[in-house]
Amino acid sequence: MNINATMFGQAISFAIFCWFCVKYVWPPLIDAIEARQKKIADGLADAERAGKDLQLAQAKASEQMKDAKSEAAVIVEQANKRKIQIIDEAKELANLEREKILAQGNAEVEAERNRAREELRAQVAALAIAGAEKILERSIDKEANKHIVDKLVAELK
Amino acid sequence: MAAEGNVSGYIQHHLTNAQMCMADGGLAFNYACKDAGFWTWHIDSLLFSVGLGALFLFLFYKAGQKATTGVPGKFQCFVEMMVEFVDGAVRDAFHRTDRVIAPIGLTIFVWIFLMNLMDLVPVDFIPHVAGLMGAEYFKIVPTTDLNITLGMSIAVFGLIIFYSIKVKGVKGFTKELTLQPFNHWAFIPFNFLLETVTLLAKPFSLALRLFGNLYAGELIFILIAALVPLWAQWTLSVPWAIFHILVIVLQAFIFMMLTIVYLALAHEDH
Repeated sequence: MNINATMFGQAISFAIFCWFCVKYVWPPLIDAIEARQKKIADGLADAERAGKDLQLAQAKASEQMKDAKSEAAVIVEQANKRKIQIIDEAKELANLEREKILAQGNAEVEAERNRAREELRAQVAALAIAGAEKILERSIDKEANKHIVDKLVAELK
Repeated sequence: MAAEGNVSGYIQHHLTNAQMCMADGGLAFNYACKDAGFWTWHIDSLLFSVGLGALFLFLFYKAGQKATTGVPGKFQCFVEMMVEFVDGAVRDAFHRTDRVIAPIGLTIFVWIFLMNLMDLVPVDFIPHVAGLMGAEYFKIVPTTDLNITLGMSIAVFGLIIFYSIKVKGVKGFTKELTLQPFNHWAFIPFNFLLETVTLLAKPFSLALRLFGNLYAGELIFILIAALVPLWAQWTLSVPWAIFHILVIVLQAFIFMMLTIVYLALAHEDH
Protein backbone atom coordinates (compact mmCIF):
# COMPACT_ATOMS: atom_id res chain seq x y z
CA MET A 1 0.00 0.00 0.00
CA ASN A 2 1.65 3.16 -1.11
CA ILE A 3 1.00 6.49 0.45
CA ASN A 4 0.72 9.24 -2.10
CA ALA A 5 -0.86 12.55 -2.99
CA THR A 6 -4.33 10.99 -3.04
CA MET A 7 -4.30 11.63 0.69
CA PHE A 8 -4.14 15.39 0.20
CA GLY A 9 -6.77 15.31 -2.50
CA GLN A 10 -9.04 13.51 -0.06
CA ALA A 11 -8.21 15.86 2.81
CA ILE A 12 -8.98 18.89 0.65
CA SER A 13 -12.22 17.50 -0.69
CA PHE A 14 -13.16 16.54 2.87
CA ALA A 15 -12.54 20.11 3.99
CA ILE A 16 -14.62 21.50 1.11
CA PHE A 17 -17.47 19.08 1.77
CA CYS A 18 -17.45 19.91 5.47
CA TRP A 19 -17.52 23.60 4.69
CA PHE A 20 -20.42 23.16 2.30
CA CYS A 21 -22.31 21.03 4.80
CA VAL A 22 -21.73 23.51 7.63
CA LYS A 23 -22.76 26.43 5.48
CA TYR A 24 -25.58 25.20 3.29
CA VAL A 25 -26.85 21.77 4.30
CA TRP A 26 -27.02 21.79 8.06
CA PRO A 27 -28.67 25.17 8.88
CA PRO A 28 -31.97 24.75 6.97
CA LEU A 29 -32.38 21.18 8.23
CA ILE A 30 -31.67 21.89 11.88
CA ASP A 31 -33.77 25.07 11.69
CA ALA A 32 -36.69 23.13 10.26
CA ILE A 33 -36.29 20.49 12.95
CA GLU A 34 -36.10 23.02 15.74
CA ALA A 35 -39.04 24.99 14.38
CA ARG A 36 -41.08 21.82 14.19
CA GLN A 37 -40.03 20.84 17.69
CA LYS A 38 -41.23 24.20 18.91
CA LYS A 39 -44.46 23.82 16.96
CA ILE A 40 -45.07 20.40 18.44
CA ALA A 41 -44.25 21.61 21.92
CA ASP A 42 -46.63 24.54 21.46
CA GLY A 43 -49.29 22.22 20.09
CA LEU A 44 -48.93 19.90 23.04
CA ALA A 45 -49.10 22.80 25.46
CA ASP A 46 -52.18 24.09 23.64
CA ALA A 47 -53.80 20.69 23.79
CA GLU A 48 -53.08 20.45 27.48
CA ARG A 49 -54.47 23.91 28.05
CA ALA A 50 -57.53 23.10 25.96
CA GLY A 51 -58.06 19.99 28.05
CA LYS A 52 -57.90 22.02 31.22
CA ASP A 53 -60.22 24.62 29.73
CA LEU A 54 -62.63 21.88 28.80
CA GLN A 55 -62.57 20.50 32.30
CA LEU A 56 -63.17 23.96 33.71
CA ALA A 57 -66.00 24.57 31.28
CA GLN A 58 -67.55 21.24 32.13
CA ALA A 59 -67.32 21.95 35.84
CA LYS A 60 -68.81 25.38 35.26
CA ALA A 61 -71.57 23.97 33.09
CA SER A 62 -72.49 21.33 35.64
CA GLU A 63 -72.51 23.97 38.36
CA GLN A 64 -74.73 26.18 36.27
CA MET A 65 -76.96 23.21 35.58
CA LYS A 66 -77.22 22.57 39.30
CA ASP A 67 -78.02 26.23 39.94
CA ALA A 68 -80.60 26.21 37.21
CA LYS A 69 -82.17 23.07 38.60
CA SER A 70 -82.44 24.46 42.09
CA GLU A 71 -83.76 27.72 40.69
CA ALA A 72 -86.31 25.85 38.67
CA ALA A 73 -87.33 23.94 41.77
CA VAL A 74 -87.76 27.19 43.67
CA ILE A 75 -89.80 28.66 40.83
CA VAL A 76 -91.99 25.59 40.62
CA GLU A 77 -92.56 25.72 44.36
CA GLN A 78 -93.40 29.38 44.17
CA ALA A 79 -95.76 28.72 41.31
CA ASN A 80 -97.44 25.97 43.30
CA LYS A 81 -97.85 28.27 46.26
CA ARG A 82 -99.20 30.96 44.04
CA LYS A 83 -101.57 28.52 42.43
CA ILE A 84 -102.92 27.44 45.77
CA GLN A 85 -103.19 31.05 46.82
CA ILE A 86 -105.04 32.01 43.64
CA ILE A 87 -107.35 29.05 44.01
CA ASP A 88 -108.05 30.01 47.62
CA GLU A 89 -108.68 33.56 46.69
CA ALA A 90 -110.98 32.50 43.90
CA LYS A 91 -112.80 30.15 46.22
CA GLU A 92 -113.25 32.90 48.74
CA LEU A 93 -114.46 35.31 46.11
CA ALA A 94 -116.82 32.71 44.70
CA ASN A 95 -118.16 32.03 48.16
CA LEU A 96 -118.74 35.69 48.79
CA GLU A 97 -120.45 36.04 45.44
CA ARG A 98 -122.58 33.02 46.10
CA GLU A 99 -123.62 34.36 49.46
CA LYS A 100 -124.37 37.71 47.95
CA ILE A 101 -126.41 36.18 45.17
CA LEU A 102 -128.16 33.91 47.65
CA ALA A 103 -128.95 36.81 49.96
CA GLN A 104 -130.20 38.88 47.09
CA GLY A 105 -132.34 36.03 45.83
CA ASN A 106 -133.68 35.40 49.27
CA ALA A 107 -134.50 39.07 49.69
CA GLU A 108 -136.21 39.20 46.33
CA VAL A 109 -138.13 36.05 47.06
CA GLU A 110 -139.15 37.48 50.42
CA ALA A 111 -140.18 40.78 48.88
CA GLU A 112 -142.16 39.01 46.18
CA ARG A 113 -143.87 36.84 48.72
CA ASN A 114 -144.73 39.82 50.87
CA ARG A 115 -146.12 41.65 47.90
CA ALA A 116 -148.11 38.63 46.80
CA ARG A 117 -149.41 38.18 50.29
CA GLU A 118 -150.40 41.80 50.55
CA GLU A 119 -152.16 41.56 47.24
CA LEU A 120 -153.82 38.33 48.18
CA ARG A 121 -154.87 39.74 51.45
CA ALA A 122 -156.43 42.76 49.79
CA GLN A 123 -158.17 40.60 47.25
CA VAL A 124 -159.39 38.20 49.94
CA ALA A 125 -160.73 41.15 51.94
CA ALA A 126 -162.57 42.49 48.93
CA LEU A 127 -163.80 39.01 48.12
CA ALA A 128 -164.97 38.49 51.68
CA ILE A 129 -166.76 41.76 51.68
CA ALA A 130 -168.33 41.07 48.34
CA GLY A 131 -169.36 37.64 49.58
CA ALA A 132 -170.78 39.03 52.74
CA GLU A 133 -172.63 41.65 50.80
CA LYS A 134 -174.11 38.99 48.60
CA ILE A 135 -175.08 36.88 51.58
CA LEU A 136 -176.70 39.63 53.48
CA GLU A 137 -178.39 41.02 50.47
CA ARG A 138 -178.20 44.22 52.07
CA SER A 139 -176.05 47.05 52.46
CA ILE A 140 -174.00 47.01 55.53
CA ASP A 141 -172.20 49.76 56.98
CA LYS A 142 -168.71 49.23 55.72
CA GLU A 143 -167.23 51.32 58.37
CA ALA A 144 -169.20 49.57 61.07
CA ASN A 145 -168.09 46.11 60.02
CA LYS A 146 -164.62 46.91 58.93
CA HIS A 147 -163.03 45.71 62.11
CA ILE A 148 -164.81 42.35 61.71
CA VAL A 149 -163.45 42.03 58.20
CA ASP A 150 -159.99 43.09 59.29
CA LYS A 151 -160.07 40.44 62.00
CA LEU A 152 -160.97 37.90 59.31
CA VAL A 153 -158.20 39.07 57.10
CA ALA A 154 -155.76 38.91 59.97
CA GLU A 155 -156.69 35.31 60.53
CA LEU A 156 -155.76 34.58 56.95
CA LYS A 157 -152.28 35.51 57.60
CA MET B 1 -13.98 -15.80 -12.28
CA ALA B 2 -10.25 -16.32 -12.29
CA ALA B 3 -8.51 -18.94 -14.30
CA GLU B 4 -6.77 -21.66 -12.28
CA GLY B 5 -3.32 -20.66 -11.21
CA ASN B 6 -4.07 -17.04 -11.84
CA VAL B 7 -5.77 -16.48 -8.50
CA SER B 8 -3.04 -14.34 -7.03
CA GLY B 9 -2.97 -12.26 -10.18
CA TYR B 10 -6.72 -11.77 -9.96
CA ILE B 11 -6.52 -10.71 -6.32
CA GLN B 12 -3.57 -8.43 -7.01
CA HIS B 13 -5.49 -6.86 -9.86
CA HIS B 14 -8.50 -6.14 -7.67
CA LEU B 15 -6.37 -4.55 -5.00
CA THR B 16 -4.62 -2.11 -7.28
CA ASN B 17 -5.84 1.40 -7.74
CA ALA B 18 -6.02 3.26 -10.99
CA GLN B 19 -3.10 5.64 -10.82
CA MET B 20 -2.43 8.93 -12.50
CA CYS B 21 0.67 11.09 -12.43
CA MET B 22 2.63 13.66 -14.31
CA ALA B 23 5.39 12.02 -16.30
CA ASP B 24 7.37 13.25 -19.25
CA GLY B 25 5.47 16.52 -19.27
CA GLY B 26 2.06 14.93 -19.62
CA LEU B 27 -0.48 12.80 -17.78
CA ALA B 28 0.50 9.19 -17.37
CA PHE B 29 -1.42 6.23 -16.01
CA ASN B 30 -0.82 3.03 -14.06
CA TYR B 31 2.52 1.37 -15.00
CA ALA B 32 3.94 4.63 -16.22
CA CYS B 33 3.58 5.95 -12.69
CA LYS B 34 5.91 3.41 -11.10
CA ASP B 35 8.59 6.02 -10.63
CA ALA B 36 6.34 8.96 -9.82
CA GLY B 37 6.62 8.22 -6.09
CA PHE B 38 4.55 10.41 -3.84
CA TRP B 39 2.93 12.54 -6.51
CA THR B 40 0.69 9.82 -7.78
CA TRP B 41 -3.06 10.13 -7.62
CA HIS B 42 -5.48 7.27 -7.18
CA ILE B 43 -8.07 8.60 -9.55
CA ASP B 44 -10.58 5.79 -8.94
CA SER B 45 -10.62 6.43 -5.19
CA LEU B 46 -10.82 10.16 -5.65
CA LEU B 47 -13.51 9.89 -8.31
CA PHE B 48 -15.74 7.72 -6.16
CA SER B 49 -15.13 9.53 -2.91
CA VAL B 50 -15.74 12.97 -4.40
CA GLY B 51 -18.66 11.67 -6.42
CA LEU B 52 -20.31 10.08 -3.40
CA GLY B 53 -19.60 13.11 -1.24
CA ALA B 54 -21.16 15.34 -3.88
CA LEU B 55 -24.14 13.00 -4.12
CA PHE B 56 -24.63 13.17 -0.37
CA LEU B 57 -24.34 16.95 -0.30
CA PHE B 58 -26.66 17.32 -3.29
CA LEU B 59 -29.37 15.13 -1.78
CA PHE B 60 -29.16 16.69 1.65
CA TYR B 61 -28.95 20.20 0.22
CA LYS B 62 -32.11 19.61 -1.77
CA ALA B 63 -33.83 18.19 1.30
CA GLY B 64 -32.71 21.24 3.26
CA GLN B 65 -34.05 23.65 0.64
CA LYS B 66 -37.41 21.91 0.59
CA ALA B 67 -37.57 21.36 4.35
CA THR B 68 -40.86 22.40 5.84
CA THR B 69 -41.71 22.81 9.49
CA GLY B 70 -45.04 21.18 8.77
CA VAL B 71 -45.59 17.54 7.95
CA PRO B 72 -42.33 16.35 6.36
CA GLY B 73 -42.05 14.10 3.34
CA LYS B 74 -40.46 10.69 3.57
CA PHE B 75 -37.07 11.79 2.32
CA GLN B 76 -37.08 14.81 4.58
CA CYS B 77 -37.94 12.51 7.46
CA PHE B 78 -34.99 10.31 6.64
CA VAL B 79 -32.63 13.27 6.35
CA GLU B 80 -33.95 14.71 9.58
CA MET B 81 -33.43 11.38 11.31
CA MET B 82 -29.78 11.47 10.30
CA VAL B 83 -29.46 15.09 11.36
CA GLU B 84 -31.11 14.42 14.70
CA PHE B 85 -28.97 11.34 15.21
CA VAL B 86 -25.71 13.24 14.65
CA ASP B 87 -27.00 16.24 16.57
CA GLY B 88 -27.81 13.95 19.49
CA ALA B 89 -24.32 12.43 19.40
CA VAL B 90 -22.76 15.89 19.41
CA ARG B 91 -25.04 16.97 22.23
CA ASP B 92 -24.06 13.95 24.29
CA ALA B 93 -20.37 14.75 23.86
CA PHE B 94 -20.57 18.54 24.21
CA HIS B 95 -23.64 18.98 26.41
CA ARG B 96 -24.79 21.55 23.87
CA THR B 97 -25.46 21.73 20.15
CA ASP B 98 -22.74 22.91 17.86
CA ARG B 99 -23.49 24.27 14.45
CA VAL B 100 -20.03 23.49 13.08
CA ILE B 101 -19.02 20.19 14.61
CA ALA B 102 -22.41 18.54 14.13
CA PRO B 103 -22.51 19.09 10.34
CA ILE B 104 -18.90 17.87 10.13
CA GLY B 105 -20.00 14.75 11.96
CA LEU B 106 -22.91 14.36 9.54
CA THR B 107 -20.60 14.72 6.57
CA ILE B 108 -18.23 12.10 8.00
CA PHE B 109 -20.98 9.65 8.82
CA VAL B 110 -22.92 9.77 5.59
CA TRP B 111 -19.92 10.12 3.35
CA ILE B 112 -18.02 7.20 4.89
CA PHE B 113 -21.19 5.15 4.90
CA LEU B 114 -21.68 5.76 1.18
CA MET B 115 -18.04 4.96 0.43
CA ASN B 116 -18.28 1.78 2.49
CA LEU B 117 -21.51 0.92 0.74
CA MET B 118 -19.58 0.50 -2.49
CA ASP B 119 -18.17 -2.61 -0.84
CA LEU B 120 -21.53 -4.31 -1.35
CA VAL B 121 -21.41 -3.85 -5.10
CA PRO B 122 -20.25 -7.20 -6.47
CA VAL B 123 -16.49 -7.04 -6.87
CA ASP B 124 -16.38 -7.54 -10.63
CA PHE B 125 -19.26 -5.35 -11.82
CA ILE B 126 -17.72 -1.95 -12.09
CA PRO B 127 -14.07 -2.96 -12.61
CA HIS B 128 -15.23 -5.07 -15.56
CA VAL B 129 -17.23 -2.22 -17.09
CA ALA B 130 -14.31 0.12 -16.49
CA GLY B 131 -12.04 -2.46 -18.11
CA LEU B 132 -14.23 -2.49 -21.19
CA MET B 133 -13.89 1.29 -21.32
CA GLY B 134 -10.12 1.00 -21.18
CA ALA B 135 -9.28 1.42 -17.51
CA GLU B 136 -7.05 -1.42 -16.48
CA TYR B 137 -7.43 -1.01 -12.75
CA PHE B 138 -10.49 0.25 -11.00
CA LYS B 139 -11.19 0.05 -7.25
CA ILE B 140 -14.58 1.41 -6.38
CA VAL B 141 -14.40 1.32 -2.57
CA PRO B 142 -12.51 4.47 -1.60
CA THR B 143 -12.27 3.46 2.06
CA THR B 144 -10.15 0.43 1.15
CA ASP B 145 -7.53 2.92 0.03
CA LEU B 146 -5.34 3.96 2.96
CA ASN B 147 -4.79 7.33 1.31
CA ILE B 148 -8.46 8.14 1.54
CA THR B 149 -8.84 7.20 5.20
CA LEU B 150 -5.59 8.94 6.06
CA GLY B 151 -6.70 12.01 4.15
CA MET B 152 -9.86 12.23 6.21
CA SER B 153 -8.10 11.58 9.49
CA ILE B 154 -5.50 14.23 8.66
CA ALA B 155 -8.34 16.69 8.16
CA VAL B 156 -9.77 15.60 11.51
CA PHE B 157 -6.32 16.02 13.04
CA GLY B 158 -6.24 19.56 11.67
CA LEU B 159 -9.62 20.19 13.31
CA ILE B 160 -8.33 18.83 16.63
CA ILE B 161 -5.34 21.18 16.52
CA PHE B 162 -7.54 24.09 15.40
CA TYR B 163 -10.05 23.65 18.22
CA SER B 164 -7.35 22.99 20.83
CA ILE B 165 -5.70 26.29 19.99
CA LYS B 166 -9.00 28.13 19.56
CA VAL B 167 -10.32 27.03 22.95
CA LYS B 168 -7.17 26.98 25.05
CA GLY B 169 -4.97 29.39 23.15
CA VAL B 170 -1.45 28.62 22.01
CA LYS B 171 -0.23 28.88 25.58
CA GLY B 172 -2.87 26.57 26.99
CA PHE B 173 -2.29 24.03 24.25
CA THR B 174 1.47 24.11 24.78
CA LYS B 175 0.96 23.69 28.50
CA GLU B 176 -1.29 20.73 27.86
CA LEU B 177 1.37 19.14 25.68
CA THR B 178 4.26 19.70 28.06
CA LEU B 179 2.95 19.75 31.63
CA GLN B 180 0.94 16.57 31.56
CA PRO B 181 0.71 14.01 32.96
CA PHE B 182 3.65 15.01 35.25
CA ASN B 183 3.45 18.61 36.26
CA HIS B 184 7.15 19.31 36.80
CA TRP B 185 9.63 21.17 34.60
CA ALA B 186 12.01 18.24 34.57
CA PHE B 187 9.42 16.09 32.90
CA ILE B 188 8.71 18.47 30.06
CA PRO B 189 10.49 16.48 27.31
CA PHE B 190 8.99 13.24 28.52
CA ASN B 191 5.53 14.79 28.74
CA PHE B 192 5.89 16.29 25.31
CA LEU B 193 6.85 12.96 23.81
CA LEU B 194 3.96 11.21 25.53
CA GLU B 195 1.38 13.81 24.59
CA THR B 196 2.55 14.01 21.00
CA VAL B 197 2.23 10.26 20.64
CA THR B 198 -1.25 10.46 22.16
CA LEU B 199 -2.16 13.25 19.79
CA LEU B 200 -0.79 11.53 16.70
CA ALA B 201 -2.35 8.22 17.67
CA LYS B 202 -5.77 9.72 17.18
CA PRO B 203 -5.70 10.31 13.41
CA PHE B 204 -3.69 7.17 12.77
CA SER B 205 -6.03 4.96 14.73
CA LEU B 206 -8.99 6.53 12.92
CA ALA B 207 -7.48 5.96 9.50
CA LEU B 208 -6.13 2.47 10.15
CA ARG B 209 -9.29 1.21 11.81
CA LEU B 210 -11.51 2.22 8.92
CA PHE B 211 -9.01 1.10 6.30
CA GLY B 212 -8.35 -2.23 8.01
CA ASN B 213 -11.98 -3.16 8.40
CA LEU B 214 -12.97 -2.26 4.88
CA TYR B 215 -9.84 -3.68 3.28
CA ALA B 216 -10.37 -6.98 5.05
CA GLY B 217 -14.02 -7.03 4.06
CA GLU B 218 -13.22 -6.29 0.44
CA LEU B 219 -10.46 -8.90 0.44
CA ILE B 220 -12.89 -11.54 1.60
CA PHE B 221 -15.30 -10.64 -1.20
CA ILE B 222 -12.43 -10.88 -3.67
CA LEU B 223 -11.28 -14.21 -2.22
CA ILE B 224 -14.80 -15.59 -2.50
CA ALA B 225 -14.97 -14.40 -6.10
CA ALA B 226 -11.55 -15.82 -6.88
CA LEU B 227 -11.61 -19.18 -5.14
CA VAL B 228 -15.19 -20.39 -5.04
CA PRO B 229 -16.85 -21.83 -8.14
CA LEU B 230 -19.25 -19.41 -9.77
CA TRP B 231 -22.43 -21.34 -8.92
CA ALA B 232 -21.55 -21.60 -5.21
CA GLN B 233 -20.32 -18.08 -4.60
CA TRP B 234 -23.64 -16.82 -3.28
CA THR B 235 -23.54 -19.26 -0.33
CA LEU B 236 -20.56 -17.31 1.02
CA SER B 237 -20.86 -13.86 -0.48
CA VAL B 238 -24.49 -13.31 0.54
CA PRO B 239 -23.98 -14.06 4.27
CA TRP B 240 -20.78 -12.03 4.25
CA ALA B 241 -22.55 -9.12 2.53
CA ILE B 242 -25.36 -9.19 5.09
CA PHE B 243 -22.85 -9.21 7.91
CA HIS B 244 -20.92 -6.49 6.12
CA ILE B 245 -23.95 -4.18 6.19
CA LEU B 246 -23.42 -4.06 9.93
CA VAL B 247 -19.69 -3.45 9.53
CA ILE B 248 -20.01 -0.55 7.10
CA VAL B 249 -22.55 1.29 9.24
CA LEU B 250 -20.58 0.58 12.38
CA GLN B 251 -17.30 1.82 10.89
CA ALA B 252 -18.93 5.01 9.61
CA PHE B 253 -20.47 5.54 13.03
CA ILE B 254 -17.19 4.88 14.86
CA PHE B 255 -15.29 7.34 12.66
CA MET B 256 -17.93 10.02 13.29
CA MET B 257 -18.25 9.31 16.99
CA LEU B 258 -14.50 9.31 17.60
CA THR B 259 -14.12 12.54 15.65
CA ILE B 260 -16.76 14.13 17.84
CA VAL B 261 -15.16 12.77 20.99
CA TYR B 262 -11.71 13.98 19.94
CA LEU B 263 -13.10 17.43 19.21
CA ALA B 264 -14.90 17.41 22.55
CA LEU B 265 -11.63 16.53 24.24
CA ALA B 266 -9.97 19.39 22.38
CA HIS B 267 -12.59 21.68 23.95
CA GLU B 268 -11.91 20.44 27.46
CA ASP B 269 -9.75 22.54 29.70
CA HIS B 270 -7.63 20.63 32.13
